[in-house]
Amino acid sequence: MNWSQLFSSSIGKKIVMALTGIFLIIFLVVHCYVNANVFFPNAQENFNRAAHFMGTNLLIRVTEIGLFAGFILHIIQGYKLELQNRSSRKSRYAVNAGNKTSKWYSRSMALLGTLILLFLIMHLVHFWVPSRFGGLTEVQYGNDPIVFHNLYAQMQDTFAPMWVVVVYILGCISLSWHLLHGVQSAAQTLGWTNKKYTSIIKSIGFGFSIIVPLIFALMPIFIHFGWELNLGSLTLLF
Amino acid sequence: MLDSKIPAGPLDDKWTTYKGKVKLVNPANKRKIEVIVVGTGLAGASAASSLAEMGYKVKAFCFQDSPRRAHSIAAQGGINAAKNYQNDGDSVYRLFYDTIKGGDYRAREANVHRLAEVSTNIIDHCVAQGVPFAREYGGLLSNRSFGGTQVQRTFYAAGQTGQQLLIGAYQSLERQVALGNVEMHTRHEMIELVIIDGKARGIIARNLETGELERHFGHAVLLCTGGYGNVFYLSTNAMGSNVTAAWKAHKKGAYFANPCFTQIHPTCIPVSGDHQSKLTLMSESLRNDGRIWVPAKVGDTRKPNEIPEEERDYYLERRYPAFGNLVPRDVASRAAKERCDAGFGVGSSKQAVYLDYADAILRYGKIEASKKNLGDIGNDAIIALGKEVVKEKYGNLFNMYEKITGENPYEIPMRIYPAVHYTMGGLWVDYELKTTVDGLYALGEANFSDHGANRLGASALMQGLADGYFVIPYTLGNYLAEEIRTSNISTDHPAFIDAEKVASDRINKLMTIQGKQTVESFHKRLGKIIWDKCGMARNEEGLKQAIAEVRALRDEFWSDVKIPGIINQMNPELDKAGRVADFLELGELMCLDALERKESCGGHFREEYQTPDGEALRDDNDFMYVAAWESKEVGSWNLHKETLDYEVVKPSQRSYK
Amino acid sequence: MQHYTMNLKLKVWRQQNSKSEGRFEVYDVNDISSEMSFLEMIDVLNEKLIKDGGDSIAFDHDCREGVCGMCSMVIDGRPHGPWQGTTTCQLHMRAFKDGDTITIEPFRANAFPVVKDLMVNRGAFDRIIQAGGYISVNTGNAVDGNAILIDKQNADDAFAAAACIGCGACVAACKNASAMLFVSAKVSHLALLPQGQPESKQRVAGMIAQMDKEGFGSCTNTYACEAECPKEISVMNIARLNREYLQSNLGS
Repeated sequence: MNWSQLFSSSIGKKIVMALTGIFLIIFLVVHCYVNANVFFPNAQENFNRAAHFMGTNLLIRVTEIGLFAGFILHIIQGYKLELQNRSSRKSRYAVNAGNKTSKWYSRSMALLGTLILLFLIMHLVHFWVPSRFGGLTEVQYGNDPIVFHNLYAQMQDTFAPMWVVVVYILGCISLSWHLLHGVQSAAQTLGWTNKKYTSIIKSIGFGFSIIVPLIFALMPIFIHFGWELNLGSLTLLF
Repeated sequence: MLDSKIPAGPLDDKWTTYKGKVKLVNPANKRKIEVIVVGTGLAGASAASSLAEMGYKVKAFCFQDSPRRAHSIAAQGGINAAKNYQNDGDSVYRLFYDTIKGGDYRAREANVHRLAEVSTNIIDHCVAQGVPFAREYGGLLSNRSFGGTQVQRTFYAAGQTGQQLLIGAYQSLERQVALGNVEMHTRHEMIELVIIDGKARGIIARNLETGELERHFGHAVLLCTGGYGNVFYLSTNAMGSNVTAAWKAHKKGAYFANPCFTQIHPTCIPVSGDHQSKLTLMSESLRNDGRIWVPAKVGDTRKPNEIPEEERDYYLERRYPAFGNLVPRDVASRAAKERCDAGFGVGSSKQAVYLDYADAILRYGKIEASKKNLGDIGNDAIIALGKEVVKEKYGNLFNMYEKITGENPYEIPMRIYPAVHYTMGGLWVDYELKTTVDGLYALGEANFSDHGANRLGASALMQGLADGYFVIPYTLGNYLAEEIRTSNISTDHPAFIDAEKVASDRINKLMTIQGKQTVESFHKRLGKIIWDKCGMARNEEGLKQAIAEVRALRDEFWSDVKIPGIINQMNPELDKAGRVADFLELGELMCLDALERKESCGGHFREEYQTPDGEALRDDNDFMYVAAWESKEVGSWNLHKETLDYEVVKPSQRSYK
Repeated sequence: MQHYTMNLKLKVWRQQNSKSEGRFEVYDVNDISSEMSFLEMIDVLNEKLIKDGGDSIAFDHDCREGVCGMCSMVIDGRPHGPWQGTTTCQLHMRAFKDGDTITIEPFRANAFPVVKDLMVNRGAFDRIIQAGGYISVNTGNAVDGNAILIDKQNADDAFAAAACIGCGACVAACKNASAMLFVSAKVSHLALLPQGQPESKQRVAGMIAQMDKEGFGSCTNTYACEAECPKEISVMNIARLNREYLQSNLGS
């Protein structure tokens, strides 16, 4: 069997979803790590330095293209599958089992994905567009000759109105539900689950789906209220 | 004169000799020969796939929506084979002997011996197909024992042996469909046999989805259509199981043999009310550990757990101390009926006895406690342990019981009662499985051949698969070798047109009656007549009454049945009407056969012929024959007798005391 | 167990054939015993419909002991009704109470066209089996049964997968009308046994290709199939199917 047959089959399409999903999960980890600078003292400098690294490192810029490709593939394939799956039952049931036989969020991946997509567009407009196409203030630190984009100030501006914070939190909640199904679903699609590992995979998936979105959700809150965590010498800078 | 065409020579060599001399069809000719297989249970699916593998062009038919649904699927216990894997003294001869004895010496020796011979090949083939038989930790096949034998020769797949074997045969069948060697017709029912120049040459089948009649030619026709237990209305058969195909063949010249030999299984869930549509079997294996009892007092209405030990009657243990609760099916069934008729029955209908696991739970609990070195842990803890053991062994059956009755069998004794389960009678066939119509064969439960007057547990699966996988591939060639010069006959042949007209006239007639009573109500009434008068016990007076009642009911049916819907559409009521109409004819023949057989043997118990202590009394001098009935017209038959010669086994009185 | 009788309102899907439009009809059934099976309750209704000059409701059923896989129906949104691990024929009326309204629909999926009323055509399952759901062995070729040793765990797992009765409840329950649980049960049954190994690659590829061709949706791992399967076939089989499929494709 050749590659095109593999990826055009129903399982192949799901494998694409699973692999791009895992790629995006890895991105989330990195993104989360970089952004976590905002929780700690000296947040502005540390965060801006980290963002600078992410924006200038060649390897990361190349990976960024892959990241966009991953997003687009995940989104397009997801919608295609959803349409195809919906059309496999033209005559709908009058009564549905609903939550008696499956979790609502596992049935609502397209809806949650759409919410995340809308959030993502907003998020890119808030931060990625100005950082790539201009519109950010600049800042220098001490004797360092490098001029940094003050992305941190952009965050402070963005999260000043409370409603933006709320929207971001809702976005993170959508992400959490999406991951709650997505992580273990990807593992199942790739055939990693079996009697022994299923419970471990489910636990990891559950933990990840709660912790990562929670950390993301705390960021706008911290910035809005100007909080910081003082854990001694801990910094996350690259 | 019936010629069973048993090969000459010593019993052990007959099949080998036959196979060595049988005529063959060369591969090029096989491609030109078409074979019709009706029914896709174990016999039908195995025959269709095996013949297709050999190169014949096969057309297979089933009335269900898929060949995988045939009722062979419901067999629970297992399949016998003389493998002697347990090193416990089994052999082909022993399997042969047990089957002959279990059948109360009314089966044909040569057929049964062949069955025992090929039994081992069946297991090998099924394993190769991927049938997941139970295995030991070492990876070897596991065995258990069944009623009527002293060795462990039953292979099984939990309580779903029939299902797994059928799926194996079904997969082989679908493989041949994919290869283009089998043309599969689902939701099709055979409703006429086509005979040209004395040979079966095809069938008229009704497409149940569209109601259309179709003509199908075949050089030979194989009926693998199961038994006729549904004549009783209530049985463990599937709702669709019917005698129609066999009956149409019977009316076109195939003799019907031993119709009164029906098996009543002792452990079924009892009838709960008039609405009951079918009965559910509880595997024979439950009698290994359960104890059967009724209250010692007539009309005792106390709850079972409130009846003290000394006021219980463990009647099987009392009457048959040697075999106790493990007497053969016919004996256990009659004993239960005797107690209920005498007024000791339990439950709201009083037509049930208790199957009690309390002792077994306690016994297993004690063993478990001592295995785990738990010391004195008290009765409740022991019972809890015992329940775990019983759950592991019989959990699925207990669950099924609870689903149906709503009672917890771990706490309250199960109520059981005998129910119709299998029919040993069927179309008469010779050694080659050919009926009295040339080119027409009957396999599996549809024929009469191997079980005599009573079938042993785990032998039905064996026979169906033996016939399909290992007998018909040889014997059919012997006939078809002479047919290679017969080119396909056009389905425009007058015989096809006539047969189709007979079929369509009958359907039209049924639809135009438009009386007042439903098909179901007629079926229920027929079932009650047969159950009451030709069931577990029969007598001359009752049988004569039954014949008169069945005839009257038949007339009433043909003048007052009401069938809704139209012909050319899916119409389950019309399908059922055709089947019930045939049962209304068969029912009479069953009673006639039972009336003529003035002896008791196996499942046939005539009250006039019993020993002083109520056991079956055989009459080998006058009735050591197969009764093969030739149909003349509706309600009229000629009796032909095939004398049974016992060359090897010496018939004796069965005793289980 | 306390028995009781009940009066019910049934909303039943009626459809003449695969081409016609269907609709719900409402029927009253009275004096239904809690001891009846669900199908016996429909029998009662059908007897009444026929006597009143109407057409009976067509539905598939045969063994009525939960193993042939013929019965179907979606009862109040649940394939085979509200009881876990139970076919419609084994569902009993004590699952309902007096005054209930019960909605009865056919299994719905493009791949399972309605034949009439509650009866659907599940021929797609047979065609999937034809595409590889077997071991290619002709009668007469087998070695001795005990010549093939099979690890007990594998034998037990293969058996658990082979318990599938091919009823199609997995498809009916799945929001995507996916047949993955059915296919995975067959692939697992044969993949776990040494006899099934030689053709395992072609088997999984062929069966999946046919499944896609039949118009079933794809699996999004909601596991409603497992929850509704009357034989409680595990979704671990789907993971195994995915593995088998990947191996079949990634290998040379």
